[in-house]
Amino acid sequence: MMATVLSGDLPRSRVLALILLAILICLALAPFLFPGVRTVDTAARICIFIVLVASYDLLLGYGGIVSFAHTMFFGIGAYGVALASTHMGRGFDAIFVGATAGAVLAAALALLIGLFSLRVRAIFFAMITLAVASAVAVLVSQMSGLTGGEDGLTFKIPRELGPAFKFGDRFMGVKLNGKLLAYYFVFFGALILFLLMLRVVNSPFGRVLQAIRENDFRAEAIGYRVVYYRVAATCLSAAAAALAGSLYAVWLRYVGPDTSLSMEIMIDILLMVVIGGMGTMYGAVIGATLFVIAQNYLQNLMGAASGMFEGLPVLPDLLSADRWLLWLGVLFILSVYFFPTGVVGRLRHGK
Amino acid sequence: MSIAPEHAPKMAQASFAHRIGPWMPVLLVPMLVVLGFLAIPSTSSWLTLTVSGLAMGMMIFIMASGLTLVFGLMDVINFGHGAFVSVGAFVGVSVLLMLGHMTDAPSLGLNLVALLVAVIGAMIATGAMGWAFEKVIVMPVYGHHLKQILVTMGGLIVVEQLIIVLWGPEEIYINRPEALKGAITFAGAALEKYRLVAVVVGLVVFAAMRWVLRRTKIGLIVRAGVQNGEMVEALGYRLRMIFVGVFIAGSALAGLGGVMWGLYQEVITAHMGNQAMILIFIVVIIGGLGSVEGCFIGALLVGLLQNYVAFLEPKAALISNIGLMVAILMWRPMGMIPVVKAK
Repeated sequence: MMATVLSGDLPRSRVLALILLAILICLALAPFLFPGVRTVDTAARICIFIVLVASYDLLLGYGGIVSFAHTMFFGIGAYGVALASTHMGRGFDAIFVGATAGAVLAAALALLIGLFSLRVRAIFFAMITLAVASAVAVLVSQMSGLTGGEDGLTFKIPRELGPAFKFGDRFMGVKLNGKLLAYYFVFFGALILFLLMLRVVNSPFGRVLQAIRENDFRAEAIGYRVVYYRVAATCLSAAAAALAGSLYAVWLRYVGPDTSLSMEIMIDILLMVVIGGMGTMYGAVIGATLFVIAQNYLQNLMGAASGMFEGLPVLPDLLSADRWLLWLGVLFILSVYFFPTGVVGRLRHGK
Repeated sequence: MSIAPEHAPKMAQASFAHRIGPWMPVLLVPMLVVLGFLAIPSTSSWLTLTVSGLAMGMMIFIMASGLTLVFGLMDVINFGHGAFVSVGAFVGVSVLLMLGHMTDAPSLGLNLVALLVAVIGAMIATGAMGWAFEKVIVMPVYGHHLKQILVTMGGLIVVEQLIIVLWGPEEIYINRPEALKGAITFAGAALEKYRLVAVVVGLVVFAAMRWVLRRTKIGLIVRAGVQNGEMVEALGYRLRMIFVGVFIAGSALAGLGGVMWGLYQEVITAHMGNQAMILIFIVVIIGGLGSVEGCFIGALLVGLLQNYVAFLEPKAALISNIGLMVAILMWRPMGMIPVVKAK
C-alpha cells in the first residue's frame, strides 16, 4: 500500500525514512503543533517550495537540463490566479481557471523554448532561459496596467479561506477559521502534486529521462527520441512549477515580482536542489525544509554574529545578514564539488 | 552487351543563393542599417542611433569575445563571465576617481592617460581574477556541463556579493573624462564623442584579435585547438596552458568591456555584469558558440537593433533581441557562423 502511494520509490534508508516521516507529520499538523502566524507561514512556504523544487529536480536531476526560467513559470501560475481572481471576482472557480490557464501557458512557453534550444544543444537551453526569464521579468514590471508593475497585485480569495470565516470554536486551542482551511488547501495541494511527480519520475518515462541524463548519445542509439523526452520533461516541470505558483498566490493573497519572479528565488531553488540531492524527489523535501527554516532563522543569527565583531574591518560587513547570499554561494559551490548527491545521497549510500 | 552510358561530368554553376550563403551573416549588418534608415523618419536621428548602436555592439563584442573562445577551445561554458565585467568596471572606476585631477582637467592628453591607467588596472585585476577563477572554480569540473553551469553561477554570486562588501551596496555614479564629454555635430546629427571612441576601440580590439588568431603561431594553435584539441595535444602542444592563457585574456577583455560599459552608462552596480550577461549570451548564441567573427557580427546586430527599436517602440527593446535570436536560430540552428568540430 505504501509502495503504491510512493510509486515504488521507497526512501531506502532508515534515517531518511524517519526524517521524511517527521517532516510529513510536522507539516500535516503544523497549525496544531506550532500555533503562531509566523510558524504556520513557514510551514506553508515549505509545502510550496517542496513542489517547486521537486518540479525543478524533474528537469535538473532527472533530465540533466539546467533552466534559469523556473521562477518565470512559478510566476506565471501565481499571476494566473491573481488575474483571474481580480477579474472574475473571488471564488474557487477563479482559482481553478487561473491555475489551469497558468499551467497551460507555462507548458506552452516551455514547449516553445524547448523546441528552439534543445533540438540543437542542451546548454543553449540554460542561456536562452536566462535571457527569456529576464525579458519576462522586465515585461511584467513594465505592463503595470495589467500586472500592477513593481507593486504587484493584491486580490481576494474565497471567503472560506480567509480568517473571517469561522466553522466552529477552538480545537486543541487553535481557532477553527478559514486560515486553517487555507493551510490545508496548500498542504494537500502540495502533497498531491508531489506524489504525482514521484509517479512521473518512476514511470518508464522517468527511466528514459535518467538514461538520457547519463548518456544521451546512447539513448538516441537505442531508439528514444532524446529531444521529445527532454521537451516533454520541460513542459511537465513548467506546469508543475506554475501550479506551485498558484498555491503560493492563494496563500499570500498577493503576487509581485519580488515574491514570484526574482532571480533570488531562482538561486534559492538551485541551492535547495543541490543541498537536498539532485536526481531524487526526496532531496526536494529535505532541501526545501532545511533551506526555508535556515532562511527564516539563520539570518538573525548572522546579524548577531556581525554585531559581535563590531569595530573590526570588513568582518562585520562579511557577516551582516544582508550578505546571506555570499555564504549561500560559497556553500553552493562546495556542495556541487564535494556533495553532489546531497543529503539524500549521503543518507542512502554513506552507511 | 549494352554500352555503359557515357560519363560526362558537368560542373554545375553554383547558384546565387549558394554563393552568397557564406557571406550572408556579414551582409546582415548593412541590411539592418538600411532597414533602420527606412524605418526611422529623420536622417539625423538615424545617424545618431546607428553610431550608438555600433558603439554598444562593440562593447558587447569586447565583453563576449572571451566567453566564446573559452567555449570553443575547452568546451567550458562560463556563466560567471559577467563577474569579470562588474569587477573590471569597479576597479577601473575606482582608479578614475582616484585620478580625479587628471580626468577633470580639460586636456585630452591627461584624460587619455588617466583612462589608459584605469583600463590597464582593470585588465590586470580581471586577468588575475580570471586565472584564480579558472584554477579554483572551473578546473575541477572540466567536461561536465551541468556542474560547470552550476559552479560558475555560484562563483558569479560570490563575486557579486564580495563587490558589495568591498564597495558598498550603493550604485556609483561616474563622470566621463572632460575631453570625452559632449557631442560633435556631423551632418546635423549629434554624435557623442565617447561613443565614437568606443567604436574605434572596438574595431582595434577586433582587428588585433583577428591578427593574433590568423597571423601568429599562438593563434594558429588556438584555432587548431578549437577544431580538434586532441590532435593539437598529440602534436606536443600543451593545450591546457594555452587554454589558461585564453581564459585570462578573455577575462581581461571582459574587464576592459566593463570599464567601457560603466562609462557608457555613467553608473555602475554590482549586478551590471549579470545584466550584461543576458546580451552576451544572446550574442554568443546567434554568432555560433566558439566563433569570434560570428560574435562580432552578432554583437553589432544586437546593438543596432536594440537602439533602433528603443527609438521606435521603447518597451519592445529587450524583446526585440529575443526575437532576433529566435529568427536567427530558425535560420541557422547552430548560430550564424557555426564552428565545425572535427570529432
